[in-house]
This record gives sequence, C-alpha cells and structure tokens, in this order.
Amino acid sequence: MQASGLTACELFCRRGDRLLFGALNLAVESGDALHLVGPNGIGKTSLLRILAGLLPPSPPSGSVNWQGSVAYLDGRPALDEHLPLGQALDFWRALDGSAEVPLAALGLERLADIPVRFLSTGQRKRAGLARLIGQNADHWLLDEPLNGLDADGVSLAERFIAEKRAGGGVVVVASHQPLALPGAQVLDLRDHPS
Amino acid sequence: MTGIFLTLLRRDLAQLLLGGRNHRAGGGALLPVLFFLAVAMLYPFAVGPDAPLLARTGGGVIWVAALLAAILPLDRLIEPDLELGLFDQFALRGISEEGVVAVRVLAHWLSFGPPLMLAALPAAALVGIDAEQVRLVELGLLAGTPGLAALGVLVAAITAGLRGGAALGGLLVIPLAVPLLVFGAGSLSPGGEAGLALTGAVSLVLLAITPFAAGAAIRSGRG
Repeated sequence: MQASGLTACELFCRRGDRLLFGALNLAVESGDALHLVGPNGIGKTSLLRILAGLLPPSPPSGSVNWQGSVAYLDGRPALDEHLPLGQALDFWRALDGSAEVPLAALGLERLADIPVRFLSTGQRKRAGLARLIGQNADHWLLDEPLNGLDADGVSLAERFIAEKRAGGGVVVVASHQPLALPGAQVLDLRDHPS
Repeated sequence: MTGIFLTLLRRDLAQLLLGGRNHRAGGGALLPVLFFLAVAMLYPFAVGPDAPLLARTGGGVIWVAALLAAILPLDRLIEPDLELGLFDQFALRGISEEGVVAVRVLAHWLSFGPPLMLAALPAAALVGIDAEQVRLVELGLLAGTPGLAALGVLVAAITAGLRGGAALGGLLVIPLAVPLLVFGAGSLSPGGEAGLALTGAVSLVLLAITPFAAGAAIRSGRG
C-alpha cells in the first residue's frame, strides 16, 4: 500500500455559533482525489482552508497531516493586477524556483504582455492554474477550479489534475460543476453535522 | 532564504516606489513628497511674511508635514495584497507573515524616508530655517522616518479589510506618532539634541514590534 498523502482527524469547523461540520476524518492515498460536494454555505471552502493550514480547526481539536507540500487555488489568482501576466507569474516563479510555466499549454502564450487586470474571468482562472502548476507542490487544493472556464479550459484542468494524480499527488476539489475525477472519493458535507 | 528576501523586496519596491501604474491611489513615492512640499509651501502663506516667526516654527511645521505625508500611502501597504490572496499563498510556501511584513517595512521606508529627507531641503528653504536647524531636521528625519514607516505598515495591517480602513488608519497613526513628533521636533529647540536619540529609540521600538504585531493582525484577519 502506498503512503497516505493526506490524513485529517476529528476536524470541526464553527462559524460564529454555527457548527458547519464536525468529527470529520479524512484519509486520502497518494494519487487519489477527493471531491467535496454540498450546497452553498455548507463549509467546503472552510474545509479547504483548514486543510491548507490557513484556518485553524475549531475546538475541541483536530489535526491535518500532509506528506509533502501543498498548493491552494481559489477564486483569486494572486497575481499583481497592473503587471503583464508574464511578469506577474515570474514573481511566483522566482519564489518557487520553478522552471518555465506552461503558458502555451494553457492557451495563455499570447497574453504574456497583457496586464492581469485586462484578463477575462476565464483567462484569470487559467492564469491561476499556471501559477498553481508552476509551484510544483506535491498536492493540490482546488476551490471551484472550473468557475468561468470554457469547455476547452475544463478539459485542460481535468488533464492537469489527472497528471498530478498520476505523479502521486493528492487532489482535493470543491466544485459544483461536474468534473471528471475517475475513482475519486466523494464527500458530501451534509453527512457530517456534529 | 536570501533569494526569497530579494524577490519580495524587489516586488515591494516596484509597487511602492513606482506605485504600480494605475494601481489604487497610484503615484508611488512621488505623492507623499508632493504633499509634504505642499504643506511646507502653504504654511508661509497662512502666517504671513514674518521671517523670524517662520524661522522659529519652520522646523516643527516640516515635522508635522512629514507625519501627515506618512498617512497617504497607508491603503497601499497591506490591503491590496490581502485582497489578492498573496498572504495566503506566502503562508502555503512557508513564508511567515512576520518576514513579509519586515521586508515591506524596509521597502516602505526606502520609498518614503530618503525622498522625504531630500524634499526637506526645499521645504526648509520655503520656511527659511537656518543651516543648523536644517541639519537637525535631517538628522531627526533620518532617526524618525523608519519609525513612521513601521507604524504605517502596522496600522495598515490592523485596518486592512475594514470598511473605511484608510480613514481609520490615518486617525490611528496620528496619536501613535506623537512620541516621534515630540522628540523629533523637540530636538530643534536649543539644547534639545538629546531628542534625536529618543526619536531613534522610539523608531527602534516600533521597528521591533511591527513585524510581530502586523503578522498577528494579518493572521487573525484571515477567515
């Protein structure tokens, strides 16, 4: 059996007085995927942020363990708005020490000189994917990665996710759109009230 | 580690020095300097052509102008990066908020302190203070602007994401900057040179506190 990529024990999440989910246990093997589903406001984004370590799990306690580094993509591409796309991505490339970002594979090669603020919703999403791929992290957390993407973009995203999993990475996706994740665990947060 | 430091510093300087064309308030380092000069220019108009009065009070006016100029860039220091999700991405890469804030204080001072010290020369000429006073003003600004820069970043981190955060930030900076103003402007009065050391001491305290306080503010603001 392969080493477990992600294990999380006894996660609780409170927002104000409301308990979003409780006593949640997760175990995702390397190369596996987890698809989070559930209606708006059920806590999918909160769970992703807890798994990313950006939000502490609510008391009593909980633990999240990753074997390897984690990248996180949400609605914000985290690219400087006034910079040309190429330069904005170069900043992250310098931080991550990564090789060339696959602009061409994402259909962004003609946009490298366009300031980020002129990009459309879908183009921003592709730019976010470019940043994510350039990070070369072992595992991915994706919050609504298909929002605003066209059919071509959706298949691109699915292909990159499949490649990441083939490389032994864990991919956790919160998405309302149908997404091809062969063999993925599906977690409906409605099944996890306290 | 140095690679990360230099990459962050380069980006921060490009943002703060050049203002990032068309971004937010824009104007970069030029706007606070012009504001500073405008205040120094308005003062003689307001009090009239009384040279001894101007020479006596001019140094203090330059200090007040510097403090007010420090408020201008507040909304560009932390808020845009928080909105874009950059701090989340730094955290995922194991780059601490404290480190990012420390680099930002340095970049903010570089884009704000030296330009202000240069602008203090024409400002000194506008209010007609003598060479000795100019020397004390410059030394005081050298000791005090790092503290003003740190205070600006700290208050920007605390008010980031609040509605009307920029206006609130300005109100928060003013009382907290009073010690710098008292010691800095105090060094201009006869026998007040010890004020320079105290200005530097206040600056050091602010520089020491800011990374930790601002880092904690950014973390607790995360939802």
